[in-house]
Amino acid sequence: MQLTVWTYEGPPHIGAMRIANSMDGLHYVLHAPQGDTYADLLFTMIERNNVRPPVTYTTFQARDLGGDTAELFKSSARAAYERFKPEAMIVGASCTAELIQDDPGGLAKALALDCPVIPLELPAYQKKENWGAAETFYQLVRAYTGAQAPAPGATRPQRAAGERARCNVLGPTSLGFRNRDDVTEILRLLADLKIEVNVVAPQGSRPSDLARLPEADFNIVLYPEVAQNAANWLKRTFGQPFTKTIPIGVGATRAFVKEVCELAGIDSTAFLSRERSRLPWYSRSIDSTYLTGKRVFIFGDATHAIAAAKVATSELGFKVVGLGTYSREFARDVREAAKEYGLEALVTDDYLEVEQAVRELHPELVLGTQMERHIAKRLGVPCAVISAPIHVQDFPARYAPQMGFEGANVLFDTWVHPLMMGLEEHLLQMFRDDFEFHDGAGPSHLGGHGGARDASAEAPVAVMAPVATSEAIVLQAPVAAKPEGWAADAEKELGKIPFFVRGKARRNTERYAAERGITTITIETLYDAKAHYSR
Amino acid sequence: MTSVLASAKALQKEACATTERPVLRERGQREVFCGLTGIIWLHRKIQDAFFLVVGSRTCAHLIQSAAGVMIFAEPRFATAILDERDLAGLADANDELDRVVGRLLERRPDIRMLFLVGSCPSEVIKLDLSRAAERLSVQHAPNVRVLNYSGSGIETTFTQGEDACLASLVPELPTRDGGAPQLLVAGALADIVEDQFRRIFAELGMTDVAFLPPRKSRELPAVGPGTKVLLAQPFLTDTTARLQERGCEILAAPFPYGVDGTMAWLAKAADLWGVPRARFDEVVAPAATRARKALDAHKFRLAGKRVFFFPDSQLEIPLARFLSEELGMFPVEVGTPYLNRQQMSFDLDKLPAETLVSEGQDVERQLDRCREAKPDLIVCGLGLANPLEAEGFTTKWSIELLFTPVQGFEQAGDLAELFTRPLLRRTRLEV
Ligand code: SF4
Ligand code: SF4
Repeated sequence: MQLTVWTYEGPPHIGAMRIANSMDGLHYVLHAPQGDTYADLLFTMIERNNVRPPVTYTTFQARDLGGDTAELFKSSARAAYERFKPEAMIVGASCTAELIQDDPGGLAKALALDCPVIPLELPAYQKKENWGAAETFYQLVRAYTGAQAPAPGATRPQRAAGERARCNVLGPTSLGFRNRDDVTEILRLLADLKIEVNVVAPQGSRPSDLARLPEADFNIVLYPEVAQNAANWLKRTFGQPFTKTIPIGVGATRAFVKEVCELAGIDSTAFLSRERSRLPWYSRSIDSTYLTGKRVFIFGDATHAIAAAKVATSELGFKVVGLGTYSREFARDVREAAKEYGLEALVTDDYLEVEQAVRELHPELVLGTQMERHIAKRLGVPCAVISAPIHVQDFPARYAPQMGFEGANVLFDTWVHPLMMGLEEHLLQMFRDDFEFHDGAGPSHLGGHGGARDASAEAPVAVMAPVATSEAIVLQAPVAAKPEGWAADAEKELGKIPFFVRGKARRNTERYAAERGITTITIETLYDAKAHYSR
Repeated sequence: MTSVLASAKALQKEACATTERPVLRERGQREVFCGLTGIIWLHRKIQDAFFLVVGSRTCAHLIQSAAGVMIFAEPRFATAILDERDLAGLADANDELDRVVGRLLERRPDIRMLFLVGSCPSEVIKLDLSRAAERLSVQHAPNVRVLNYSGSGIETTFTQGEDACLASLVPELPTRDGGAPQLLVAGALADIVEDQFRRIFAELGMTDVAFLPPRKSRELPAVGPGTKVLLAQPFLTDTTARLQERGCEILAAPFPYGVDGTMAWLAKAADLWGVPRARFDEVVAPAATRARKALDAHKFRLAGKRVFFFPDSQLEIPLARFLSEELGMFPVEVGTPYLNRQQMSFDLDKLPAETLVSEGQDVERQLDRCREAKPDLIVCGLGLANPLEAEGFTTKWSIELLFTPVQGFEQAGDLAELFTRPLLRRTRLEV
């Protein structure tokens, strides 16, 4: 039993639903109680889809449990088939239905519907959303390509000379972070490289398109969380190699171009000889100097977290002070990446643990999911979102990819935007006592004060949900041995330090004093500690 | 071929011979939240209570999705997610629960009341939460009282979760022996609405008025024979049954939406207290006049428009009454997840005879009826709203009706505005 306040991932059937909603002509019949229909709003409200997701729920009730829930499943599946006439169906159980063991796969088979039915086994008490998405996609790919598998040992026929290389693009899904724009960006890039695209899946394809997957020379895996299993199977079965580089950031995009060109047997030198992103120059521009060594905390799915750490460090000059993921399946990759920054990765799906880490590390910028946005908001730290789970405002109307050269431009803008500009920060430090400066003062280009600029978006619930006191924060304050106190003048001096680093200064000074047995903190102690900890 | 709408109408005609209004009963796919959803407002209403769902990752995900993760402060709810080990009996689910509750209460020493909320998985594996609650109550006495109820989707829809929660509170209420009559207003209201009602009752000279749920778990109102209950929410079937068992009398009244609804609701209690009619009129007149004026500003936009309700919160029938009687709209179909005829009788009787009332749901068929009826406004849940908008319909998402203070005189205009806004918006947009 795990105590959970917020979850990073839904149950695995939500992953299956994301696959169903990504494709055309695929329908999902889910054995589930009525409350589980909440999932529709993820697609219609958060992603603003203009049609309902292709999902039929059996919505069994307590009174059905004694009777025949299996019959209910069958009639729902039959009715769904007749109404929607899908090209293929996936069937499965939600957490509750798993307990009543009706075997949706077997029941659906017995109906002998006039379309392929792919049964899903998604253990709801062990696995989570991304696993469910990956498994569903893999099962679909297997079902549609398995019959074409060449005899073991057979070699792939060579492409005819002069024929363009072809690839599949795997992984984009509904509810994925910026997947819509990433795909556009990557398809443009491939077009520039004169590489043909065979199938993009699951987003934008039909089940029958999956049967054409083996026709490509190689696969591009954009989101390993979803496509890794399928790509592995395609490699094993059809000898299709797949890409490992995730094209997020300028460096990674260039590496991706090289990797893709190698797989396609073309020369990338000419293409890469021109700078295609503004990020490098913007980062070198002297107004960006103040970004140097900004402390950044990063948390998200493995793919986006690892990529963000790389970009933050080598393309913006930040310092990564925390790196973590909720994707246990990819924990090893994140641990390895964290080592490069001299860190131990935080692998958890416990929101409270992440909050604690942010609080302790005092970052100047948080790059995370919508959960970290809330943590950052509460702690008054600037934040940008880099990974699912996401909310309605993370599906922007404008074109805003994360991948490719344009994606790198977007990263520069969105990560730098929440920060205070360099000179502004200096002025705030120099003239702390100016009567118009106050702790709430945030970056001048952002309306209101930095910490609570989303507050208006919260109005609907605020009516019923008054903003609480900082009780939780007080509760969690570390109980380390504390010096007796601050001399009045030292406390006043501390007040002159800008609020966004004041907490850190206070803690550092107290730690410094405690370690040295100093009981009363004076101005001297404050500056001694500052010198001691200065980076 | 007869249309779906025509056949539904035929059904209604047939049943019309009897005095009771015919109701179309549907049993198909429902598109309604489960009772866990009520936690979103209940955890803010009772300020020292915590709601611990014992369920699956789905349950945790439901609450967070329905709340839109819009809660800035640390929520006073959480989910104890059952895992494989609990199911396989490797870990004793009760020991696990004790451990989780211990950790939770340690983190939140300010909590005085803990609700263990049952879910579909906990019900199916027959985890006995009432015994767990008893055990934990003893363990954590006197600081924390532990209660339990079910918000599971196999037993409750949406607002029935609040009903189950309040019903679990009733046995906890102290006993009040005889004495002068006391008024108990049942059903969670926004604090501001509660305060308005309190002021009106005070002016009417009714001082012994209590609200369920209270804002603090230690301020439970005493009940007994002599307690008259006025229902502020239309979904309290189990709660009223429990209150009746305690000797309370449930006052039959319409629900306090709009001017007429609020007036009749207040009058029901005032009459019983023997408040002279003149005095009553004098007290409510200023607010009622204000409210009428506020409604007039919306009437010209809404009158004559046809509205279609998908089942959601059980607020549908009283709201349809408000829209038709006070604003001149015509309810084509009023769907409700569950119909309590007795409590609904006042509002139900005021609906036009041609209005189709449906209970339960078969969402696909209901969508067919809706498309055929081409209403001017559709009141529906979040899952249906955008797709219907994309088809060219105007919708009002129903969950907002629970998250906004809408009862009473001062809110009558706001309530009307919730229905006007989507219509107005459509006329404004030129793209
Ligand atoms: S319907 Fe049941 S399983 Fe689904 S969220 Fe509600 S209580 Fe949990
Ligand atoms: S309030 Fe804003 S940031 Fe918070 S969940 Fe809602 S939209 Fe997201």
